[in-house]
Amino acid sequence: MALRPDLEIIGRWIRPGSRVLDLGCGDGTLLRHLHDAAGVTGYGLEIDPDNVSRAVRTGINVIQMDLDLGLGDFETDSFDYVVMTHAIQVVHHPERLLEEMLRVGSEGIVTFPNFGHWKSRLQLGLAGRMPVSRALPSQWYDTPNIHLCTVRDFETLCREKNIQILNRTMVDHRHHTGRWMQTVPNLMGEIALYSLRQREPLPAD
Amino acid sequence: MAKTLPSDSAGLVAPRKLHFDEPLRLDCGEVLPSYDLVYESYGELNAEHSNAILVCHALSGDHHAAGYHSLEDRKPGWWENCIGPGKPIDTRRFFVVCPNNLGSCRGSTGPNTINPETGRYYGPDFPVVTCADWVRSQARLGERLGIHKWAAVVGGSLGGMQVMQWAIDYGDRLRHAIVIAAAPKLSAQNIAFNEVARQAILSDPDFHAGRYYDHGVVPRRGLMLARMLGHITYLSENSMRDRFGRELREGKLSFGFDVEFQVESYLRYQGRSFVDRFDANTYLLMTKALDYFDPAHAYDDDLARAFARTAAEFLVVSFSSDWRFSAARSREIVKALLDADKNVSYAEIQSHLGHDDFLMPIPQYIEVLGGYLDRIATEVG
Repeated sequence: MALRPDLEIIGRWIRPGSRVLDLGCGDGTLLRHLHDAAGVTGYGLEIDPDNVSRAVRTGINVIQMDLDLGLGDFETDSFDYVVMTHAIQVVHHPERLLEEMLRVGSEGIVTFPNFGHWKSRLQLGLAGRMPVSRALPSQWYDTPNIHLCTVRDFETLCREKNIQILNRTMVDHRHHTGRWMQTVPNLMGEIALYSLRQREPLPAD
Repeated sequence: MAKTLPSDSAGLVAPRKLHFDEPLRLDCGEVLPSYDLVYESYGELNAEHSNAILVCHALSGDHHAAGYHSLEDRKPGWWENCIGPGKPIDTRRFFVVCPNNLGSCRGSTGPNTINPETGRYYGPDFPVVTCADWVRSQARLGERLGIHKWAAVVGGSLGGMQVMQWAIDYGDRLRHAIVIAAAPKLSAQNIAFNEVARQAILSDPDFHAGRYYDHGVVPRRGLMLARMLGHITYLSENSMRDRFGRELREGKLSFGFDVEFQVESYLRYQGRSFVDRFDANTYLLMTKALDYFDPAHAYDDDLARAFARTAAEFLVVSFSSDWRFSAARSREIVKALLDADKNVSYAEIQSHLGHDDFLMPIPQYIEVLGGYLDRIATEVG
Protein backbone atom coordinates (compact mmCIF):
# COMPACT_ATOMS: atom_id res chain seq x y z
CA MET A 1 0.00 0.00 0.00
CA ALA A 2 1.30 3.44 -0.91
CA LEU A 3 2.17 5.70 1.97
CA ARG A 4 -0.09 8.68 2.57
CA PRO A 5 1.61 11.60 0.77
CA ASP A 6 1.72 13.77 3.90
CA LEU A 7 3.62 11.03 5.72
CA GLU A 8 5.95 10.83 2.73
CA ILE A 9 6.64 14.57 3.02
CA ILE A 10 7.36 14.16 6.73
CA GLY A 11 9.67 11.27 5.86
CA ARG A 12 11.70 13.63 3.68
CA TRP A 13 12.13 16.05 6.58
CA ILE A 14 13.55 13.41 8.90
CA ARG A 15 17.23 12.45 8.73
CA PRO A 16 17.93 8.71 8.38
CA GLY A 17 18.90 6.94 11.58
CA SER A 18 17.39 9.55 13.87
CA ARG A 19 15.26 9.08 16.98
CA VAL A 20 11.61 9.98 16.66
CA LEU A 21 8.72 10.33 19.09
CA ASP A 22 5.38 10.17 17.29
CA LEU A 23 2.50 11.70 19.27
CA GLY A 24 -0.82 10.12 18.33
CA CYS A 25 0.92 7.50 16.20
CA GLY A 26 -2.29 5.69 15.19
CA ASP A 27 -1.54 2.19 13.97
CA GLY A 28 2.16 3.02 13.68
CA THR A 29 2.26 3.49 9.88
CA LEU A 30 4.63 6.47 9.97
CA LEU A 31 7.12 4.92 12.42
CA ARG A 32 7.05 1.62 10.56
CA HIS A 33 7.77 3.46 7.30
CA LEU A 34 10.52 5.59 8.85
CA HIS A 35 12.08 2.51 10.39
CA ASP A 36 12.01 0.43 7.24
CA ALA A 37 13.01 3.23 4.86
CA ALA A 38 15.45 5.21 6.97
CA GLY A 39 16.48 3.15 10.00
CA VAL A 40 14.65 5.53 12.31
CA THR A 41 14.08 4.35 15.89
CA GLY A 42 11.71 5.64 18.50
CA TYR A 43 8.32 5.35 20.09
CA GLY A 44 4.73 6.14 19.25
CA LEU A 45 2.23 7.39 21.79
CA GLU A 46 -1.40 6.46 21.23
CA ILE A 47 -4.56 6.47 23.31
CA ASP A 48 -6.93 4.38 21.18
CA PRO A 49 -6.85 0.69 22.22
CA ASP A 50 -7.45 -0.68 18.73
CA ASN A 51 -4.66 1.45 17.30
CA VAL A 52 -2.36 0.31 20.12
CA SER A 53 -3.09 -3.34 19.27
CA ARG A 54 -2.43 -2.75 15.59
CA ALA A 55 0.79 -0.86 16.31
CA VAL A 56 2.03 -3.65 18.60
CA ARG A 57 1.41 -6.13 15.82
CA THR A 58 3.39 -4.11 13.26
CA GLY A 59 6.37 -4.27 15.59
CA ILE A 60 6.88 -0.61 16.45
CA ASN A 61 7.28 0.62 20.02
CA VAL A 62 3.94 2.00 21.08
CA ILE A 63 3.11 3.42 24.50
CA GLN A 64 -0.54 3.70 25.38
CA MET A 65 -1.04 7.11 26.95
CA ASP A 66 -3.09 10.27 26.92
CA LEU A 67 -1.29 13.24 25.35
CA ASP A 68 -3.28 15.53 27.62
CA LEU A 69 -1.17 14.22 30.50
CA GLY A 70 1.89 15.84 28.88
CA LEU A 71 5.30 14.43 28.07
CA GLY A 72 6.63 14.37 31.63
CA ASP A 73 7.92 10.81 31.16
CA PHE A 74 10.32 12.00 28.46
CA GLU A 75 13.62 13.66 29.14
CA THR A 76 14.64 17.00 27.63
CA ASP A 77 16.38 16.67 24.23
CA SER A 78 15.94 12.90 24.19
CA PHE A 79 14.68 12.78 20.58
CA ASP A 80 15.79 14.26 17.27
CA TYR A 81 12.19 14.79 16.20
CA VAL A 82 8.85 14.86 17.92
CA VAL A 83 6.07 14.40 15.37
CA MET A 84 2.37 15.08 15.79
CA THR A 85 0.14 14.46 12.78
CA HIS A 86 -3.48 15.58 12.97
CA ALA A 87 -3.56 15.60 16.75
CA ILE A 88 -2.84 19.17 17.88
CA GLN A 89 -6.48 20.12 17.33
CA VAL A 90 -7.80 17.35 19.62
CA VAL A 91 -5.65 17.97 22.71
CA HIS A 92 -6.70 20.14 25.63
CA HIS A 93 -3.62 22.38 25.73
CA PRO A 94 -2.06 22.62 22.25
CA GLU A 95 0.28 25.45 23.23
CA ARG A 96 1.69 23.56 26.20
CA LEU A 97 2.08 20.38 24.19
CA LEU A 98 3.88 22.32 21.47
CA GLU A 99 6.34 23.61 24.07
CA GLU A 100 6.74 20.09 25.44
CA MET A 101 7.41 18.71 21.96
CA LEU A 102 10.23 21.17 21.43
CA ARG A 103 11.63 20.52 24.89
CA VAL A 104 11.79 16.74 24.31
CA GLY A 105 12.88 16.92 20.66
CA SER A 106 15.41 19.04 18.81
CA GLU A 107 12.80 19.58 16.11
CA GLY A 108 9.05 19.29 16.00
CA ILE A 109 6.86 18.29 13.08
CA VAL A 110 3.18 19.25 13.25
CA THR A 111 0.33 18.74 10.82
CA PHE A 112 -3.26 19.93 11.18
CA PRO A 113 -6.38 20.70 9.12
CA ASN A 114 -6.33 24.38 8.16
CA PHE A 115 -9.53 26.06 9.30
CA GLY A 116 -8.68 29.04 7.12
CA HIS A 117 -9.22 27.08 3.88
CA TRP A 118 -11.57 28.89 1.54
CA LYS A 119 -14.26 26.20 1.75
CA SER A 120 -14.39 26.55 5.52
CA ARG A 121 -14.57 30.31 5.17
CA LEU A 122 -17.44 30.01 2.68
CA GLN A 123 -19.41 27.62 4.85
CA LEU A 124 -19.05 29.77 7.92
CA GLY A 125 -19.07 33.19 6.24
CA LEU A 126 -21.81 32.73 3.65
CA ALA A 127 -23.84 29.70 4.71
CA GLY A 128 -23.44 30.51 8.40
CA ARG A 129 -22.73 26.87 9.21
CA MET A 130 -19.83 25.21 10.98
CA PRO A 131 -17.58 23.89 8.21
CA VAL A 132 -17.68 20.22 7.29
CA SER A 133 -15.22 19.01 4.70
CA ARG A 134 -13.20 16.00 3.73
CA ALA A 135 -10.34 17.24 5.88
CA LEU A 136 -12.81 18.06 8.70
CA PRO A 137 -15.56 15.48 8.36
CA SER A 138 -17.26 15.79 11.79
CA GLN A 139 -20.31 17.78 12.77
CA TRP A 140 -19.90 20.45 15.46
CA TYR A 141 -21.53 18.23 18.09
CA ASP A 142 -19.47 15.10 17.58
CA THR A 143 -16.12 16.50 16.53
CA PRO A 144 -12.99 15.47 18.42
CA ASN A 145 -11.45 18.72 17.12
CA ILE A 146 -11.69 21.10 20.04
CA HIS A 147 -8.85 23.45 19.08
CA LEU A 148 -9.11 24.14 15.38
CA CYS A 149 -6.87 26.87 14.01
CA THR A 150 -5.80 28.48 10.79
CA VAL A 151 -2.35 28.72 9.28
CA ARG A 152 -2.18 32.32 10.41
CA ASP A 153 -3.27 31.45 13.98
CA PHE A 154 -0.65 28.74 14.21
CA GLU A 155 2.13 30.96 12.93
CA THR A 156 1.13 33.71 15.35
CA LEU A 157 1.40 31.20 18.22
CA CYS A 158 4.84 30.13 16.97
CA ARG A 159 5.98 33.76 16.98
CA GLU A 160 4.68 34.30 20.50
CA LYS A 161 6.41 31.14 21.71
CA ASN A 162 9.66 32.09 19.95
CA ILE A 163 9.36 28.99 17.76
CA GLN A 164 11.18 29.03 14.45
CA ILE A 165 9.37 27.58 11.43
CA LEU A 166 11.89 25.54 9.45
CA ASN A 167 9.54 24.23 6.76
CA ARG A 168 5.94 24.67 5.76
CA THR A 169 4.05 22.66 3.13
CA MET A 170 0.35 22.81 2.35
CA VAL A 171 -1.60 19.91 0.84
CA ASP A 172 -5.21 19.16 -0.04
CA HIS A 173 -7.38 16.48 1.51
CA ARG A 174 -5.81 13.92 -0.82
CA HIS A 175 -2.51 15.11 0.58
CA HIS A 176 -1.36 16.43 -2.79
CA THR A 177 0.27 19.80 -3.05
CA GLY A 178 0.06 22.56 -5.66
CA ARG A 179 1.46 25.97 -6.49
CA TRP A 180 -1.57 27.95 -5.25
CA MET A 181 -1.45 26.24 -1.90
CA GLN A 182 2.12 27.35 -1.37
CA THR A 183 1.44 30.92 -2.55
CA VAL A 184 -1.74 31.54 -0.56
CA PRO A 185 -1.47 28.83 2.09
CA ASN A 186 -4.12 30.01 4.54
CA LEU A 187 -6.74 30.25 1.80
CA MET A 188 -5.87 27.36 -0.49
CA GLY A 189 -4.25 24.70 1.72
CA GLU A 190 -6.49 22.16 3.43
CA ILE A 191 -3.79 20.53 5.53
CA ALA A 192 -0.72 22.25 6.93
CA LEU A 193 2.62 20.55 7.59
CA TYR A 194 5.29 22.33 9.62
CA SER A 195 8.71 21.54 10.93
CA LEU A 196 9.71 23.67 13.90
CA ARG A 197 12.48 24.44 16.30
CA GLN A 198 12.53 26.25 19.62
CA ARG A 199 14.71 29.35 19.28
CA GLU A 200 17.21 29.86 22.07
CA PRO A 201 15.94 32.54 24.41
CA LEU A 202 17.61 35.89 23.63
CA PRO A 203 20.50 36.55 25.99
CA ALA A 204 19.56 39.06 28.64
CA ASP A 205 21.80 42.14 28.48
CA MET B 1 -16.93 -33.98 33.51
CA ALA B 2 -15.40 -33.30 30.14
CA LYS B 3 -14.94 -36.45 28.09
CA THR B 4 -13.35 -34.50 25.30
CA LEU B 5 -11.17 -31.46 25.73
CA PRO B 6 -11.65 -28.14 23.92
CA SER B 7 -9.79 -28.06 20.60
CA ASP B 8 -8.01 -24.83 21.56
CA SER B 9 -6.51 -26.42 24.66
CA ALA B 10 -2.99 -27.75 25.09
CA GLY B 11 -4.86 -30.98 25.84
CA LEU B 12 -3.73 -33.68 28.22
CA VAL B 13 -0.50 -32.66 29.87
CA ALA B 14 1.70 -34.09 32.59
CA PRO B 15 4.24 -32.47 34.87
CA ARG B 16 7.88 -33.56 34.80
CA LYS B 17 10.50 -33.37 37.51
CA LEU B 18 14.20 -32.62 37.10
CA HIS B 19 16.78 -33.08 39.81
CA PHE B 20 19.66 -30.61 40.16
CA ASP B 21 22.79 -31.61 42.06
CA GLU B 22 24.72 -28.41 41.51
CA PRO B 23 24.41 -26.34 44.71
CA LEU B 24 22.36 -23.16 44.37
CA ARG B 25 23.62 -20.15 46.30
CA LEU B 26 20.70 -18.04 47.50
CA ASP B 27 20.48 -14.29 48.13
CA CYS B 28 19.99 -14.96 51.85
CA GLY B 29 23.49 -16.49 52.00
CA GLU B 30 22.35 -20.08 52.37
CA VAL B 31 23.03 -22.78 49.81
CA LEU B 32 20.59 -25.38 48.54
CA PRO B 33 22.91 -28.37 47.96
CA SER B 34 20.44 -30.02 45.59
CA TYR B 35 16.85 -29.51 44.58
CA ASP B 36 14.04 -30.63 42.30
CA LEU B 37 12.15 -28.49 39.84
CA VAL B 38 8.77 -29.59 38.56
CA TYR B 39 7.65 -28.13 35.25
CA GLU B 40 5.20 -28.57 32.43
CA SER B 41 5.81 -27.92 28.76
CA TYR B 42 3.47 -27.51 25.82
CA GLY B 43 4.27 -27.53 22.11
CA GLU B 44 7.48 -28.62 20.40
CA LEU B 45 10.96 -27.18 20.64
CA ASN B 46 12.12 -26.40 17.09
CA ALA B 47 15.42 -27.59 15.62
CA GLU B 48 17.12 -24.24 16.30
CA HIS B 49 15.83 -24.23 19.91
CA SER B 50 14.71 -20.68 19.24
CA ASN B 51 10.97 -20.91 19.92
CA ALA B 52 10.96 -21.49 23.68
CA ILE B 53 8.85 -19.34 25.99
CA LEU B 54 9.29 -19.37 29.74
CA VAL B 55 6.17 -18.67 31.78
CA CYS B 56 6.74 -17.52 35.38
CA HIS B 57 3.93 -18.09 37.85
CA ALA B 58 2.53 -15.75 40.48
CA LEU B 59 2.06 -16.10 44.24
CA SER B 60 -0.39 -18.97 44.35
CA GLY B 61 0.33 -20.36 40.88
CA ASP B 62 2.26 -23.41 39.85
CA HIS B 63 3.64 -25.27 36.85
CA HIS B 64 0.19 -26.29 35.60
CA ALA B 65 -0.37 -23.29 33.35
CA ALA B 66 -2.42 -24.91 30.59
CA GLY B 67 -4.18 -28.07 29.51
CA TYR B 68 -5.70 -30.81 31.66
CA HIS B 69 -4.11 -33.52 33.76
CA SER B 70 -6.97 -35.92 33.09
CA LEU B 71 -10.28 -36.03 31.27
CA GLU B 72 -11.93 -35.84 34.67
CA ASP B 73 -10.32 -32.47 35.53
CA ARG B 74 -12.94 -29.83 36.13
CA LYS B 75 -10.50 -26.99 35.53
CA PRO B 76 -7.58 -26.52 33.13
CA GLY B 77 -4.28 -24.83 34.01
CA TRP B 78 -4.28 -21.32 35.43
CA TRP B 79 -3.43 -19.53 32.17
CA GLU B 80 -5.57 -21.60 29.83
CA ASN B 81 -6.99 -18.33 28.47
CA CYS B 82 -3.62 -17.38 26.99
CA ILE B 83 -1.78 -20.65 26.29
CA GLY B 84 -2.93 -23.19 23.71
CA PRO B 85 -3.28 -23.77 19.99
CA GLY B 86 -4.42 -20.52 18.37
CA LYS B 87 -4.16 -18.58 21.62
CA PRO B 88 -1.74 -15.67 22.20
CA ILE B 89 0.98 -18.05 23.45
CA ASP B 90 0.34 -20.39 20.57
CA THR B 91 1.49 -23.92 21.34
CA ARG B 92 1.58 -24.70 17.60
CA ARG B 93 4.38 -22.16 17.22
CA PHE B 94 6.07 -22.03 20.61
CA PHE B 95 7.59 -24.49 23.05
CA VAL B 96 6.17 -23.26 26.35
CA VAL B 97 7.83 -24.11 29.65
CA CYS B 98 6.30 -23.33 33.03
CA PRO B 99 8.29 -24.34 36.11
CA ASN B 100 7.10 -24.48 39.70
CA ASN B 101 9.21 -22.15 41.81
CA LEU B 102 11.50 -23.23 44.63
CA GLY B 103 9.78 -22.81 47.96
CA SER B 104 6.42 -23.61 46.45
CA CYS B 105 4.25 -26.44 47.68
CA ARG B 106 3.34 -27.97 44.36
CA GLY B 107 6.20 -30.36 43.68
CA SER B 108 9.43 -28.40 43.42
CA THR B 109 11.66 -28.41 46.49
CA GLY B 110 9.97 -26.39 49.19
CA PRO B 111 8.86 -26.41 52.83
CA ASN B 112 6.55 -29.40 52.31
CA THR B 113 9.30 -31.59 50.83
CA ILE B 114 11.88 -33.66 52.68
CA ASN B 115 15.23 -32.08 53.47
CA PRO B 116 17.72 -34.81 52.47
CA GLU B 117 20.13 -33.63 55.15
CA THR B 118 17.71 -34.16 58.04
CA GLY B 119 15.18 -36.60 56.66
CA ARG B 120 12.44 -34.24 57.91
CA TYR B 121 10.23 -31.78 56.13
CA TYR B 122 12.01 -28.51 55.47
CA GLY B 123 9.13 -26.61 57.04
CA PRO B 124 10.37 -23.34 58.49
CA ASP B 125 13.98 -24.29 57.69
CA PHE B 126 13.42 -23.73 54.02
CA PRO B 127 15.42 -20.57 53.27
CA VAL B 128 13.70 -17.35 52.26
CA VAL B 129 13.99 -17.26 48.46
CA THR B 130 13.92 -14.23 46.18
CA CYS B 131 12.94 -13.55 42.58
CA ALA B 132 16.65 -13.55 41.71
CA ASP B 133 17.02 -17.02 43.26
CA TRP B 134 14.10 -18.30 41.22
CA VAL B 135 15.51 -16.81 38.06
CA ARG B 136 18.87 -18.50 38.70
CA SER B 137 17.12 -21.85 39.10
CA GLN B 138 15.03 -21.24 35.98
CA ALA B 139 18.17 -20.41 34.02
CA ARG B 140 19.56 -23.82 34.97
CA LEU B 141 16.32 -25.45 33.91
CA GLY B 142 16.70 -23.71 30.55
CA GLU B 143 20.24 -25.02 30.18
CA ARG B 144 19.08 -28.52 31.01
CA LEU B 145 16.38 -28.28 28.35
CA GLY B 146 18.88 -27.03 25.77
CA ILE B 147 17.44 -23.53 25.64
CA HIS B 148 20.19 -20.92 25.47
CA LYS B 149 17.97 -18.02 24.59
CA TRP B 150 14.28 -17.80 25.37
CA ALA B 151 12.14 -16.25 22.63
CA ALA B 152 10.31 -14.63 25.53
CA VAL B 153 9.97 -14.78 29.27
CA VAL B 154 6.40 -13.99 30.30
CA GLY B 155 4.60 -13.51 33.59
CA GLY B 156 1.90 -11.64 35.47
CA SER B 157 2.05 -10.13 38.96
CA LEU B 158 4.88 -11.84 40.89
CA GLY B 159 5.54 -13.65 37.59
CA GLY B 160 6.08 -10.27 35.92
CA MET B 161 8.64 -9.43 38.57
CA GLN B 162 10.58 -12.57 37.69
CA VAL B 163 10.47 -11.46 34.06
CA MET B 164 12.10 -8.14 34.99
CA GLN B 165 14.70 -9.99 37.06
CA TRP B 166 15.42 -12.19 34.06
CA ALA B 167 15.95 -9.17 31.83
CA ILE B 168 18.32 -7.65 34.38
CA ASP B 169 20.30 -10.72 35.43
CA TYR B 170 20.35 -12.68 32.15
CA GLY B 171 19.86 -9.90 29.63
CA ASP B 172 21.40 -11.86 26.78
CA ARG B 173 19.38 -15.01 27.35
CA LEU B 174 15.99 -13.69 26.32
CA ARG B 175 14.74 -11.85 23.25
CA HIS B 176 11.57 -10.48 24.77
CA ALA B 177 10.30 -9.73 28.26
CA ILE B 178 6.54 -9.57 28.75
CA VAL B 179 5.72 -7.95 32.08
CA ILE B 180 2.03 -8.05 33.02
CA ALA B 181 0.25 -6.43 35.99
CA ALA B 182 3.49 -6.02 37.90
CA ALA B 183 5.36 -3.29 39.78
CA PRO B 184 9.03 -2.33 40.01
CA LYS B 185 8.85 -2.94 43.76
CA LEU B 186 6.17 -3.16 46.40
CA SER B 187 4.73 -0.07 48.05
CA ALA B 188 4.40 0.25 51.81
CA GLN B 189 0.71 -0.54 51.39
CA ASN B 190 1.49 -3.74 49.45
CA ILE B 191 3.94 -4.85 52.15
CA ALA B 192 1.39 -3.99 54.82
CA PHE B 193 -1.18 -6.32 53.28
CA ASN B 194 1.42 -9.08 53.09
CA GLU B 195 2.37 -8.55 56.70
CA VAL B 196 -1.23 -8.92 57.89
CA ALA B 197 -1.48 -12.13 55.86
CA ARG B 198 1.70 -13.46 57.44
CA GLN B 199 0.57 -12.52 60.93
CA ALA B 200 -2.69 -14.40 60.35
CA ILE B 201 -0.65 -17.54 59.65
CA LEU B 202 2.04 -17.03 62.29
CA SER B 203 -0.49 -16.40 65.06
CA ASP B 204 -2.58 -19.48 64.29
CA PRO B 205 -2.10 -21.91 67.21
CA ASP B 206 -1.87 -24.74 64.69
CA PHE B 207 1.17 -23.15 63.03
CA HIS B 208 3.61 -24.68 65.55
CA ALA B 209 6.47 -22.46 64.40
CA GLY B 210 6.11 -23.90 60.91
CA ARG B 211 6.40 -27.54 62.05
CA TYR B 212 2.70 -28.29 61.74
CA TYR B 213 3.45 -31.28 59.46
CA ASP B 214 4.95 -33.03 62.51
CA HIS B 215 1.79 -32.35 64.50
CA GLY B 216 -0.57 -33.65 61.85
CA VAL B 217 -2.38 -30.31 61.56
CA VAL B 218 -2.37 -27.29 59.24
CA PRO B 219 -2.89 -23.67 60.29
CA ARG B 220 -6.20 -23.56 58.44
CA ARG B 221 -7.61 -20.46 60.03
CA GLY B 222 -4.46 -18.44 59.47
CA LEU B 223 -3.99 -19.48 55.86
CA MET B 224 -7.68 -18.95 55.18
CA LEU B 225 -7.55 -15.43 56.61
CA ALA B 226 -4.41 -14.68 54.62
CA ARG B 227 -6.12 -15.78 51.42
CA MET B 228 -9.32 -13.87 52.20
CA LEU B 229 -7.31 -10.71 52.70
CA GLY B 230 -5.27 -11.33 49.55
CA HIS B 231 -8.41 -12.00 47.56
CA ILE B 232 -9.87 -8.62 48.47
CA THR B 233 -6.79 -6.98 46.98
CA TYR B 234 -7.15 -8.96 43.75
CA LEU B 235 -10.61 -7.57 43.08
CA SER B 236 -11.70 -4.03 42.26
CA GLU B 237 -14.31 -2.32 44.39
CA ASN B 238 -16.62 -2.05 41.39
CA SER B 239 -16.44 -5.74 40.60
CA MET B 240 -17.24 -6.63 44.22
CA ARG B 241 -20.14 -4.20 44.20
CA ASP B 242 -21.49 -5.59 40.94
CA ARG B 243 -21.08 -9.18 41.99
CA PHE B 244 -22.25 -9.06 45.60
CA GLY B 245 -23.46 -5.59 46.45
CA ARG B 246 -24.98 -5.85 49.91
CA GLU B 247 -26.91 -8.96 49.02
CA LEU B 248 -27.80 -11.16 51.98
CA ARG B 249 -27.66 -14.91 51.85
CA GLU B 250 -30.85 -15.44 53.81
CA GLY B 251 -32.56 -12.30 52.60
CA LYS B 252 -32.66 -10.72 56.05
CA LEU B 253 -30.32 -9.64 58.81
CA SER B 254 -29.73 -12.21 61.52
CA PHE B 255 -28.06 -9.92 64.06
CA GLY B 256 -25.16 -12.33 64.55
CA PHE B 257 -21.64 -12.93 63.35
CA ASP B 258 -22.19 -15.86 61.07
CA VAL B 259 -22.10 -15.43 57.29
CA GLU B 260 -24.78 -12.95 56.28
CA PHE B 261 -23.61 -11.00 53.27
CA GLN B 262 -22.88 -12.82 50.03
CA VAL B 263 -19.43 -11.29 49.91
CA GLU B 264 -18.62 -12.92 53.25
CA SER B 265 -19.74 -16.26 51.97
CA TYR B 266 -17.65 -15.86 48.83
CA LEU B 267 -14.50 -14.90 50.74
CA ARG B 268 -14.87 -17.78 53.17
CA TYR B 269 -15.30 -20.16 50.28
CA GLN B 270 -12.17 -18.76 48.58
CA GLY B 271 -10.25 -19.06 51.83
CA ARG B 272 -11.37 -22.60 52.59
CA SER B 273 -10.71 -23.98 49.14
CA PHE B 274 -7.26 -22.36 49.17
CA VAL B 275 -6.31 -24.18 52.38
CA ASP B 276 -6.91 -27.50 50.64
CA ARG B 277 -4.40 -26.80 47.90
CA PHE B 278 -1.82 -24.53 49.42
CA ASP B 279 0.78 -24.58 52.16
CA ALA B 280 1.14 -21.95 54.87
CA ASN B 281 4.96 -21.96 54.90
CA THR B 282 4.91 -21.41 51.14
CA TYR B 283 2.52 -18.50 51.55
CA LEU B 284 4.97 -16.90 53.97
CA LEU B 285 7.85 -17.42 51.51
CA MET B 286 5.96 -16.10 48.50
CA THR B 287 4.89 -12.93 50.25
CA LYS B 288 8.48 -12.35 51.37
CA ALA B 289 9.71 -12.77 47.79
CA LEU B 290 7.22 -10.09 46.80
CA ASP B 291 8.29 -7.75 49.60
CA TYR B 292 11.99 -8.17 48.84
CA PHE B 293 11.68 -7.61 45.11
CA ASP B 294 13.48 -4.37 44.31
CA PRO B 295 15.90 -4.92 41.41
CA ALA B 296 16.82 -1.23 41.24
CA HIS B 297 18.26 -1.34 44.74
CA ALA B 298 21.55 -2.86 43.54
CA TYR B 299 21.81 -0.05 40.97
CA ASP B 300 21.62 2.99 43.26
CA ASP B 301 17.83 2.74 43.18
CA ASP B 302 17.90 3.59 39.49
CA LEU B 303 15.69 1.14 37.59
CA ALA B 304 16.86 2.51 34.24
CA ARG B 305 20.43 1.59 35.18
CA ALA B 306 19.25 -1.87 36.21
CA PHE B 307 17.85 -2.34 32.70
CA ALA B 308 20.81 -0.67 30.97
CA ARG B 309 22.60 -3.79 29.77
CA THR B 310 19.67 -6.01 28.82
CA ALA B 311 19.25 -6.98 25.17
CA ALA B 312 15.59 -7.79 25.75
CA GLU B 313 12.70 -5.95 24.15
CA PHE B 314 9.70 -5.34 26.36
CA LEU B 315 5.95 -5.47 26.38
CA VAL B 316 4.43 -4.04 29.55
CA VAL B 317 0.71 -4.50 30.23
CA SER B 318 -1.43 -3.09 33.03
CA PHE B 319 -5.13 -3.15 33.86
CA SER B 320 -7.22 -0.08 34.59
CA SER B 321 -9.12 -1.65 37.50
CA ASP B 322 -6.04 -3.17 39.19
CA TRP B 323 -5.31 -1.32 42.41
CA ARG B 324 -2.91 -3.86 43.88
CA PHE B 325 -0.34 -3.15 41.15
CA SER B 326 -1.93 -0.18 39.44
CA ALA B 327 -1.26 1.11 35.93
CA ALA B 328 0.86 3.87 37.48
CA ARG B 329 3.28 1.20 38.78
CA SER B 330 3.59 -0.28 35.28
CA ARG B 331 4.24 3.19 33.91
CA GLU B 332 7.21 3.43 36.31
CA ILE B 333 8.62 0.35 34.60
CA VAL B 334 7.95 1.87 31.19
CA LYS B 335 9.59 5.15 32.19
CA ALA B 336 12.73 3.32 33.32
CA LEU B 337 12.83 1.41 30.02
CA LEU B 338 12.42 4.65 28.06
CA ASP B 339 15.23 6.24 30.04
CA ALA B 340 17.37 3.18 29.32
CA ASP B 341 16.52 3.56 25.62
CA LYS B 342 15.05 0.05 25.36
CA ASN B 343 12.47 -1.14 22.89
CA VAL B 344 9.22 -1.14 24.82
CA SER B 345 5.52 -1.17 24.12
CA TYR B 346 2.92 -0.52 26.77
CA ALA B 347 -0.80 -1.21 26.85
CA GLU B 348 -3.23 -0.24 29.57
CA ILE B 349 -6.18 -2.60 29.28
CA GLN B 350 -9.61 -1.26 30.20
CA SER B 351 -10.79 -3.79 32.73
CA HIS B 352 -13.27 -4.38 35.50
CA LEU B 353 -12.27 -7.23 37.77
CA GLY B 354 -9.04 -5.90 39.27
CA HIS B 355 -5.61 -7.48 39.59
CA ASP B 356 -6.94 -10.90 38.57
CA ASP B 357 -7.77 -9.50 35.14
CA PHE B 358 -4.36 -10.64 33.94
CA LEU B 359 -5.83 -14.16 33.89
CA MET B 360 -8.97 -13.16 32.00
CA PRO B 361 -9.73 -13.37 28.26
CA ILE B 362 -10.29 -9.61 27.79
CA PRO B 363 -10.41 -9.03 24.01
CA GLN B 364 -7.99 -6.07 23.95
CA TYR B 365 -5.56 -7.92 26.21
CA ILE B 366 -5.68 -11.04 24.04
CA GLU B 367 -5.23 -8.88 20.95
CA VAL B 368 -2.19 -7.01 22.31
CA LEU B 369 -0.55 -10.13 23.72
CA GLY B 370 -1.36 -12.12 20.57
CA GLY B 371 -0.05 -9.35 18.32
CA TYR B 372 3.21 -9.11 20.22
CA LEU B 373 3.74 -12.87 20.30
CA ASP B 374 2.84 -13.15 16.64
CA ARG B 375 5.70 -10.76 15.95
CA ILE B 376 8.03 -12.88 18.11
CA ALA B 377 6.98 -16.04 16.28
CA THR B 378 7.89 -14.39 12.99
CA GLU B 379 11.28 -13.34 14.37
CA VAL B 380 12.25 -16.76 15.66
CA GLY B 381 10.87 -18.53 12.59
